[in-house]
Amino acid sequence: MKTFPWITVRPKHARFSLRIDRRLPKVGLIVGLLVLVIMIVNMGVGEYEISPFDVVKTLLGMETGDPQHVLIVRTLRLPRMLLSALVGLALGTSGALLQGLTRNPLADPSIMGINTGAGLVAVVLTILVRNFPARWIPVAAFAGALVAAGLMYVLAWRKGGDSPMRLILIGVGLSAVGSAVTTLVITIGNIYDVQRAMIWLTGSVYGRSWVDFWAFAPWVAIAVPLAWFQARQLNSLHLGEDVALGLGVNVGRQRAWILFVAVALAGASVAVAGVISFVGLIAPHVARRLVGTDHTGLVPTAGMLGALLLVASDWIGRTIAAPNEIPCGLVTAVIGVPFFLTMLYQHAKTK
Amino acid sequence: MKLNVAAKFIPTVEQSTIFRAKHLGVGRVIALKKRLIDGVTNVAVTLAQSTSQPKPKRRAAAALAIGLLLATGLLLVIMTLSINFGATDVAPSTVWASLFNYDATSTQHLIIRTLRMPRVLVAAIVGAILALAGAIMQGLTRNPLADAGLLGIESGAALGVVLAITFFEIKTLNLYSIFAFAGAAVTAVLVYSLGSLGRGGPTPLKLTLAGAMITAFCSSFTSAILILNQQTLDEVRLWLAGTVAGRDLGLIADSLPYVVVGTVLALSLGRSLTAMSLGEDVARGLGQRTGWVKVIAAIAVVLLAGSAVALAGPIGFLGLLVPHIMRFIVGIDYRWLLPYCAIGGALLLVVADIIGRVIVRPMEIPVGVVTALLGGPMFIYLVRWRVQR
Repeated sequence: MKTFPWITVRPKHARFSLRIDRRLPKVGLIVGLLVLVIMIVNMGVGEYEISPFDVVKTLLGMETGDPQHVLIVRTLRLPRMLLSALVGLALGTSGALLQGLTRNPLADPSIMGINTGAGLVAVVLTILVRNFPARWIPVAAFAGALVAAGLMYVLAWRKGGDSPMRLILIGVGLSAVGSAVTTLVITIGNIYDVQRAMIWLTGSVYGRSWVDFWAFAPWVAIAVPLAWFQARQLNSLHLGEDVALGLGVNVGRQRAWILFVAVALAGASVAVAGVISFVGLIAPHVARRLVGTDHTGLVPTAGMLGALLLVASDWIGRTIAAPNEIPCGLVTAVIGVPFFLTMLYQHAKTK
Repeated sequence: MKLNVAAKFIPTVEQSTIFRAKHLGVGRVIALKKRLIDGVTNVAVTLAQSTSQPKPKRRAAAALAIGLLLATGLLLVIMTLSINFGATDVAPSTVWASLFNYDATSTQHLIIRTLRMPRVLVAAIVGAILALAGAIMQGLTRNPLADAGLLGIESGAALGVVLAITFFEIKTLNLYSIFAFAGAAVTAVLVYSLGSLGRGGPTPLKLTLAGAMITAFCSSFTSAILILNQQTLDEVRLWLAGTVAGRDLGLIADSLPYVVVGTVLALSLGRSLTAMSLGEDVARGLGQRTGWVKVIAAIAVVLLAGSAVALAGPIGFLGLLVPHIMRFIVGIDYRWLLPYCAIGGALLLVVADIIGRVIVRPMEIPVGVVTALLGGPMFIYLVRWRVQR
């Protein structure tokens, strides 16, 4: 009997069906395990070293003989690790959606002006409005991301519909204007405020607590499943506008909706962790290697890989220059670019 | 008589069609160009057969030459005006006096000689060479969106300078420029080779994205260094915004050789670039040695963009903006377009510098920010109306 590459879920009485790539469960399991292992190892390192076994014991509520472990692992390090995994998940998913949407393998929230919008708002608030409550900066940054994305969409739209190519190039243009204004604010600000803003612009999950985690978790809980459900629409869109129209997809509305989900994910991530670039770019590419180009498998896998990448980056950033900490946003850029270049090179050679 | 009218119109039709063609997809561009070239050749052949007088063409050339002279005059006037403006306004006559019979005891002469003149000279030079570099990149890659800032060259130069300050403890502006140069050259090569990967060679989209990616990489590296090193941040943040303030004549003298060589190379490329902008195959068919043209153009771009960054820091969008404006005026003949771009770029940057100084007196907006704020909307406008698919 021939084995099909899909697992089909089609309940008799429910009005939906799902088609899952056969490779997805295996890949998902392996990546998930890796994320878990790195998180546990990462929770053990730092100023106060704890062995991985003790970390697991503490997490499971068992005694380890050191009363400090509970505080360090559960209150200080666990929320940070969980948050970095969720941010990675959100960024990877968002990147996969944007790449599918624009049919361009180089699309990424950091290139398309979404991050710049958020960054600009945060920098202005940190430097110019000096006693703006830090609690509200994420909210404002999220609003900035939404405004930037909205502007991008409105400017790219014209009679006869939107176009992925205009969308992406206008994103680049907006991003350049936004960074000019950011630079202006940076040149005139007080040097201490500027430095604070710069850390935020590089992206870091340093010192995040349960409060941040719970502020961010709902976004992921709502938007990531939405993204998974959009995946099959992406498959049709990916075949080209004409084909998608022929298949009965309302192209304009579907595109706007997918863009909105992608921006919500990226904006919320920027709000909580600052501008982390390249995760959204790389994760979908690796995912494509692992599970193929079908978006029903690609979108979840890209999310998982994003989580893996960010958790690993955070671990590297914490250990490589200890006792100093390198922001994980920088680590993703440093490992991301060479990786990406080799991948592009191989891709070009096989063509 | 009728034929003369027709001859006058042909260049405009040709220009606008090619201009539009350049913004369509690659496949359509080639098809359009072939059709266009056939058409134009046919018309040209008929014209050449029926009219033996080359009069209209000469007249156009004369008009363009006069225009260029007028623009140069305007540039000189505005440069003088720029010297006049400032914390203490100086009369134009004093400006001329300080240039031609310098009085060492006069404070005003001193201000003009050491502060304002170098500043306006830097603005003019940087504007000119950035616009030239932009025009060459746009012609060579047939990419209407090429610009030293967008293609990541300037962010590479910025990274070079930040590295120099942090790791080699370099403090002087003159030494910054060497590292800015190195950074610009490395990123230019990187972005071009990255953008040429895959099918179809260097398309506008691939180049722009490769540039954006390299920019993201370089700027996150730059900000990481600046986070760890507050002193460097304080020293370099104004430079990073792109400014022409506080330059001395020595810096200009240091970079002059590169500027001159780059400009000469650039201006010598006029004819070849006109052919190249019709497509590489066409250029080869017209007898261009495209490989050499590319190499010379690349050297010119690195020299020009590199010395621009070395002089004034990263200034975005100028190289994008000026060639497009000039194309509306002179058309697509690069022999005229290139000199016009040089003068136009100088004019624009000097004016942008004046705007940056006047608009929020007594504070100053760095000129790089002014150009980005002027050029960004222009870029978006171009994309909005020229990118069809």
